[in-house]
Amino acid sequence: MTFKVDSNGYYGQYGGAFIPEMLYPNIQQLKQSYLQIIGSSAFQNEFQQLLKYYVGRPTPLYFSHRLSKKYGTKIYFKREDLCHTGAHKINNTIGQILLAKYMGKDRIIAETGAGQHGVATASVCALMGVKCIVYMGSVDIKRQSPNVARMKMLGAEVRAATSGSKTLKDATNEAIRDWINNPEKTHYIIGSVVGPHPYPDMVSRFQSVISQELTHQLEFLEGRSFPDYLVACVGGGSNAAGLFYHFLDNPKVTIFCVEAAGHGVNSGKSAATTQLGRPGIIHGSKTLLMQNADGQIQEPHSISAGLDYPGVGPLFAHLKDTKRAHFRAVSDRDAMLWGLELSKMDGIIPAIETSHALGVLESEKFNKDDIIVFGCSGRGDKDLDTYINYFEL
Amino acid sequence: MNNRLDGLFKPNKKILSIYFTAGYPRINDTATILRGLQKSNVDLVEIGMPFSDPLADGPTIQSSSTVALKNGMSTKILFEQLQNIRMDIHLPLIIMGYFNPILQYGVEKFCEECAQIGIDGLIIPDLPLQVYEQSYELYFEKYNLHNIFLITPQTSEGRIQKIDQKSKSFIYMVSSNSVTGSKNRVEDKVLSYFKRVKSQPITSPKLIGFGISNNQTYRTALKFADGVIIGSAFINFLDNNSIEDIGKFIKSIKE
Repeated sequence: MTFKVDSNGYYGQYGGAFIPEMLYPNIQQLKQSYLQIIGSSAFQNEFQQLLKYYVGRPTPLYFSHRLSKKYGTKIYFKREDLCHTGAHKINNTIGQILLAKYMGKDRIIAETGAGQHGVATASVCALMGVKCIVYMGSVDIKRQSPNVARMKMLGAEVRAATSGSKTLKDATNEAIRDWINNPEKTHYIIGSVVGPHPYPDMVSRFQSVISQELTHQLEFLEGRSFPDYLVACVGGGSNAAGLFYHFLDNPKVTIFCVEAAGHGVNSGKSAATTQLGRPGIIHGSKTLLMQNADGQIQEPHSISAGLDYPGVGPLFAHLKDTKRAHFRAVSDRDAMLWGLELSKMDGIIPAIETSHALGVLESEKFNKDDIIVFGCSGRGDKDLDTYINYFEL
Repeated sequence: MNNRLDGLFKPNKKILSIYFTAGYPRINDTATILRGLQKSNVDLVEIGMPFSDPLADGPTIQSSSTVALKNGMSTKILFEQLQNIRMDIHLPLIIMGYFNPILQYGVEKFCEECAQIGIDGLIIPDLPLQVYEQSYELYFEKYNLHNIFLITPQTSEGRIQKIDQKSKSFIYMVSSNSVTGSKNRVEDKVLSYFKRVKSQPITSPKLIGFGISNNQTYRTALKFADGVIIGSAFINFLDNNSIEDIGKFIKSIKE
């Protein structure tokens, strides 16, 4: 069993590149060059320097004494919330902006839901002095105004996606349309392990710095290079793909993926894609996706904009089919309470996406000596309004 | 059973193909629009199956798709509407749709249904050539449906040759590398692309689409191809005019 992408861009039966002919040359160029560019020492030197001095890596592996005591097991957090711009997203945008530079592209487009990937893209474009256009659903522009302001300060142009549901899925459609219209000098920085091959693999590789560091940190702290459990929230799946990357082939590591149940998995307002979805095509990739009987893509719901995606990276559809990972879903309400719990117990206000992962502390049984590593994918600054309104703070 | 596309292309004959979104403006307009187009002497019709996320389409077709879906259009309903269409519609008919609804319906079942109704070809913009060859070509062959491929200004000569070889009918030339409905005149860059493709040894007939909206762009495109395809401009027309006036629109394009 392998969990790496095959030569045709598939994870098991999922993945591929279901793209219109208009995008064929772009995707082909990317496919043919990404491994070579990423593997070159010039690229790696620049990438590692930027990860260290710009992003602030390595991020700590933090042991939570109070949560460990309360839940009777050993709980660690991999602190991606401490990355520059406040989430793991920047690991990928640093990698892709360098790749764009090596491919001679001088115009960057991106999609964003909550604005985290948009801010991470706008930041690296400012860093490189490259034109940046971020597509964002008009509904999201209204509910995430601080991130819109950040992107503007960083010199990016924020364009509203006004089609369909006016959220992340539609922003992605608009970005793809922009790429069709501007095929030559534009690179599209996708924010998650979704989209046509080679994006899922490429983004996973850039995020794999998370699990690489974790290997060394566990060795140092626990005298062994792997944990018993890894737990991450999954929307598209980029932080989870990064956290799991070096452990997927190690059967001693049990993996939990936590999706957003929204109001409840069967409430009609949920984003638990692997439970509610069927195989289909979204944004150029074959994967599990939420759709009606006719194959029309459905709107997901989650209180956290970062998990509000009707599909999931093809790797995760494969992890689900092969049962390599266990999938759980945590409701809006429970996620909010776990966010409060982590704030009170550890002094860490997490992104609401991240809070979902903590749900396994209640749903699963862990032993005293088990080592559990949570992906602390982002910080909660961007969610303060949601926390304030929810808890009437 | 003959495929109506086979007899369509003749030397010196210029083809006008019209695209419309099924279920738009109203759910039951499909047959009425088809009759109006036949009466107006168009040569070929593309029936668009609406999709929630039409990646290759511009705002006009996107919003017609959204309305059509709100009206309740679905693959099943479209097939019901087309059930007896061959009693009075003799034009070649193509269904254009994104791959996911077809995949969910079942690709073979979809092809079988199309053949039974009398559909002659399919355009599935997000079904890549390689996947088609590997997994679905056999169904198209079995049910005598022609798969129509796209080429764009960025398509390499080698790939155009490959597509030409696979093509059983015409090649759909995307006139600018763009989503539908985004241009209203033919740019110089596009003209040089038309010339480049015209000079290549392509055996399939070529229709130019994406960006044809009026008599001027129509006439320019005809110099380089066997015909044109009009979509967004026709949808825009339906927004402001009655279906009975389709003839006027066709006339305005042709002269």
